[in-house]
Amino acid sequence: MNKKDTILLDHGAGGKVSHAMFSELILPLFDNELLAKQNDGAVFEVPPGRMAFSTDSYTVDPLFFPGGDIGELAVNGTVNDVAMCGAIPLYISVGLIIEEGMQVVDLKRILQSMARAAQKADVRIVTGDTKVVPRGKVDKIFINTSGIGSIPTGVHVSGDGAQPGDKVIVSGTIADHGVTILSEREGLKFDSDVKSDSAPLNHMVKGMLESGYPVHVLRDPTRGGLGTTLNEIAGQSTVGIRLFEDRLPVRGPVRGICELLGFDPLYLANEGKLIAIVPGADADNVLDIIRRDAFGKDAVIIGEVTEQDPGRVVLETFIGGTRIVEMLTGEQLPRIC
Amino acid sequence: MGASGIAAKKIEISGVVQGVGFRPFLFGLACAHHLCGHVSNTASGVALFIQGKPKHLDAFLLDLPEKKPLLSQISRMVSTDTQPLDLTAFSIIKSRNARTKSALISPDVGVCPDCLKEMQNPADRRFEYPFINCTNCGPRYTIIQDIPYDRPNTSMTSFAMCPECRKEYEDPLNRRFHAQPNACPVCGPRIFLTDNKAKQVDENDPAQAMALAAQFLRQGKIVAVKGLGGFHLAVDAANATAVDLLRQRKKRPHKPFALMAARDSSLFDHVCMDGDEKALLGSYHRPIVLLKKKAFPLSASTLLAPNIAPDNPCLGIMLPYTPLHYLLLDKGPDILVMTSGNRSGDPLSIDNADALDAFAHIADYFLLHNRDIYFRVDDSITRIQQGKLRFLRRSRGYAPLPVDITPPTDDKPANILGCGAGMKSTICLTRDRYAFLSPHIGDLESIQVHKFYKDTIEHMQKILDIRPLCVAHDLHPGYFSTQFAKRLGDQGIPLIGVQHHHAHALSCMAENHLDGTVLALTLDGTGLGTDGHIWGGEVLTCTYDGFERRAQLDYLPMPGGDAAVRAPWRMAVALLYKVYGPGIMDLDIPFVRSLDKHKLAFLIQMMARQVNCPLTSSTGRLFDAVSALLMICREISYDSQAAIALAAAADVEEATNTAYLFDMKTGADGCRIMDIGPWVRQMVTDIKRGVPRSRIAARFHLTLSRMMVDAAATVGQETGLNRIVLSGGVFNNDMIFSQITRMLGAKSFKVYTHSSVPCGDGGIALGQAMAAAALQRQKP
Ligand SMILES: [Fe+3]
Ligand SMILES: [Mg+2]
Ligand SMILES: [Zn+2]
Ligand SMILES: [Zn+2]
Repeated sequence: MNKKDTILLDHGAGGKVSHAMFSELILPLFDNELLAKQNDGAVFEVPPGRMAFSTDSYTVDPLFFPGGDIGELAVNGTVNDVAMCGAIPLYISVGLIIEEGMQVVDLKRILQSMARAAQKADVRIVTGDTKVVPRGKVDKIFINTSGIGSIPTGVHVSGDGAQPGDKVIVSGTIADHGVTILSEREGLKFDSDVKSDSAPLNHMVKGMLESGYPVHVLRDPTRGGLGTTLNEIAGQSTVGIRLFEDRLPVRGPVRGICELLGFDPLYLANEGKLIAIVPGADADNVLDIIRRDAFGKDAVIIGEVTEQDPGRVVLETFIGGTRIVEMLTGEQLPRIC
Repeated sequence: MGASGIAAKKIEISGVVQGVGFRPFLFGLACAHHLCGHVSNTASGVALFIQGKPKHLDAFLLDLPEKKPLLSQISRMVSTDTQPLDLTAFSIIKSRNARTKSALISPDVGVCPDCLKEMQNPADRRFEYPFINCTNCGPRYTIIQDIPYDRPNTSMTSFAMCPECRKEYEDPLNRRFHAQPNACPVCGPRIFLTDNKAKQVDENDPAQAMALAAQFLRQGKIVAVKGLGGFHLAVDAANATAVDLLRQRKKRPHKPFALMAARDSSLFDHVCMDGDEKALLGSYHRPIVLLKKKAFPLSASTLLAPNIAPDNPCLGIMLPYTPLHYLLLDKGPDILVMTSGNRSGDPLSIDNADALDAFAHIADYFLLHNRDIYFRVDDSITRIQQGKLRFLRRSRGYAPLPVDITPPTDDKPANILGCGAGMKSTICLTRDRYAFLSPHIGDLESIQVHKFYKDTIEHMQKILDIRPLCVAHDLHPGYFSTQFAKRLGDQGIPLIGVQHHHAHALSCMAENHLDGTVLALTLDGTGLGTDGHIWGGEVLTCTYDGFERRAQLDYLPMPGGDAAVRAPWRMAVALLYKVYGPGIMDLDIPFVRSLDKHKLAFLIQMMARQVNCPLTSSTGRLFDAVSALLMICREISYDSQAAIALAAAADVEEATNTAYLFDMKTGADGCRIMDIGPWVRQMVTDIKRGVPRSRIAARFHLTLSRMMVDAAATVGQETGLNRIVLSGGVFNNDMIFSQITRMLGAKSFKVYTHSSVPCGDGGIALGQAMAAAALQRQKP
């Protein structure tokens, strides 16, 4: 294999090779004047008011999957985390930790999709860092992204803001990402197409916030899925959350695979969905706004916030019973006899 | 002996001797034998002072245990001679200490013949009164809020007795002396009938309410009936359309419905019944009794609806147990479907408003009353096997009476709480030689059941006056009962985790008063093992403080975890995959042909990659697998459905047939592994040859029994043990139970089975408490 095709330890050593990689590979893709200055950090004006700041690291296996790759995920993930604070994301940092021997084409593909994602989300990648570590120290590539954004005046969204009488909206179908990654990773073949829902949600959030309707809670149900995230909210807000099984949006093929796997779509990850908890009276209007966004067409109201059962999420099942949606804790051992 | 030829005795009696008419009984008996003295309630029972001519005393003492009140149980009687006093009569002395520490709370009791006779007598002031009772019958546990068992502590407190009722209540010679729920039409609770919008449809006339309810039932309507421990949904059992409607509205497609028959003679056409079964049916416990359906009912005119218990060889039947039921069956259909009134997965409804909310879409009418149910109690489910009572569910009429756990040694267990498992749960509290198992609580999967679980523990602790010093729980971290125990542990109470099947085995040891080391054959559905896999087909050697796993069914993957329990076809795929590997795709048998090839391929990938495929040695899952493989049941809508259908399909006459071959391997740790490979191949050959499935099903049962007995015998030989306890839900299977007990007996094992608590998870709390008690005793 040609040495030029793979990443070497030198690529991260800070010398000539690293410099070449930055100026030939990274800069043209992430092209913006702040990054081009090549200072130790990015310097920029900040709008008045409060800011939101978030960070996350991405270690997904496989790197490429239907509907996205690790690069897109790393940008969208942080964009979404900032947006879930009720903020308009502005700038992003990128830290790459690359395993020696990674294919340059793969890296390029990942960087390209990061650039594309940043463009779509309308955020700038303004600072970053690259390290290369010996084989086996990481699995191909780990990416850390951080992002900051500004919070419009008057906006207060927080996980402890849910109130009895509020409605719970989810911006689209659930479990798409989780099922995709799982079946890719385990090589489970099923002749129906599932793909990750990776998407930036900041435009959707902006639309909601600008509408003036009060939004009590915003969350993106990523790892642990809708069930875990709603449990967190119920705990933080000390309210009950009641879901209706017949309203949960799950794509047919995704439902099919979940059924076969014996996994509950409520616990599988999403990478392009948000939960909005809003006053009951405004729910339909907020729903309309979400549905106008390209990534919110399948948004629905899936439940309501209750006074009873504080801290718990309860699912009303198809047959009219109730089931407790517990916080996901490790492996699910069979329990029924 | 005194100068006048008079002798005197002090007698202490303990057991169920309070709230069951014991003191008035002694009063009457003493008077009949011309004796003087007095009696009073004490902390542990009653204290009797009795004197008179020796021959009268002797006769009295002979009569006492013979003629004691129906509901009383004497567990101990200590008699000492003493000096006569200057007495001229017999009297009942008010107890000094009202709070009786260890008196036993009676369960609810079916209406007695005396009360029934009065209720049917037009001249009686309680003619057709649905709440007639006396000290020998009526509600107890369901209406008690606290001890002592006095009227102010019951839901009768809101009904002030009229002068006539009060007179009965205060007269020691009256059947209603201190009968706490005593009432009559003038002063007591009343029934009324509403439609499903809570609008009353009788003209405030209880007689009309009852007549209309009966009439609606005859017309095929669904009526919600508030009973003793909760609601039932009732329809005419002979009306298939009505039964079907109930199934649709309740979203319960297959699970059997219980029946209530006006009298046992109404049943002769439909089920087989021997003397023991008849006696059990009519006992004051009034449980549901599983009775074998008659193959060819005698008269077609009285046919029961075919959809009451489809694919089930038995019908679950009870006789009326409250006066209200008697009236309803007297005026309405002779046999009613009486299925529990609860929201799917929730506990029984006990409150009028809650029932109206929960069943408005199911019931057309509601037969209600205004006596509150403080504590819900489900109907008990029983059967007679080998001449002995067996519990499938121990609840109304039995709980909270204790199980005697006196071990051969003299140690008393400390006060312990056994938290039970996750399904069909009960809890257990111990005190001295008693284990108090709660009534059936249910599957701990909904918030309402969780609440009922916590309430039950609190209530039982209160009415039994027990504060546990130690808490025993299952090893499964996902069970609510385990999480509940852990929270108690956080408060500083010592915790002991007990393996599920160890607890099963100990529950059987305890009720049989065994000590030392025994063999245990635990055949079950789901229980977390100490190796992190799901067990349920084990031979253990077992003492109260520990166990060793000596033989197991070979592990099978459960593709999809719990999904594999709900869909037995997955277990059939797992079974075939275990034996044939990916070659299963090419097996030319109806089951494989019937599968969606994509789903099959996916499941094979899951098993190959071990994605959500926990391993299990469960016998229950093996039944599921075979049931699906024989195309008998592929998906279930209620617990054990596939296994019950498989047993029902088996031709009992074929049971004398030959078993399939099986193999025994030895695992790395010396544990025997029962290899099912050889017989799966033989079974598949049978299927290919077109052998009727009734025969294959019978051969399967026989093989399983043989294999288990073989494993037990091997371990027996290795260890020299010959006492064996049988436990786990699979022993509810009549064929397995009788085959295994017979075969073990033939190998001269001493076989111990369950008769006081269920063999299923309803008995587990007892075993947990026993393990904890043993470990507590070891503490210095
Ligand atoms: Fe069990
Ligand atoms: Mg984050
Ligand atoms: Zn009576
Ligand atoms: Zn009265």
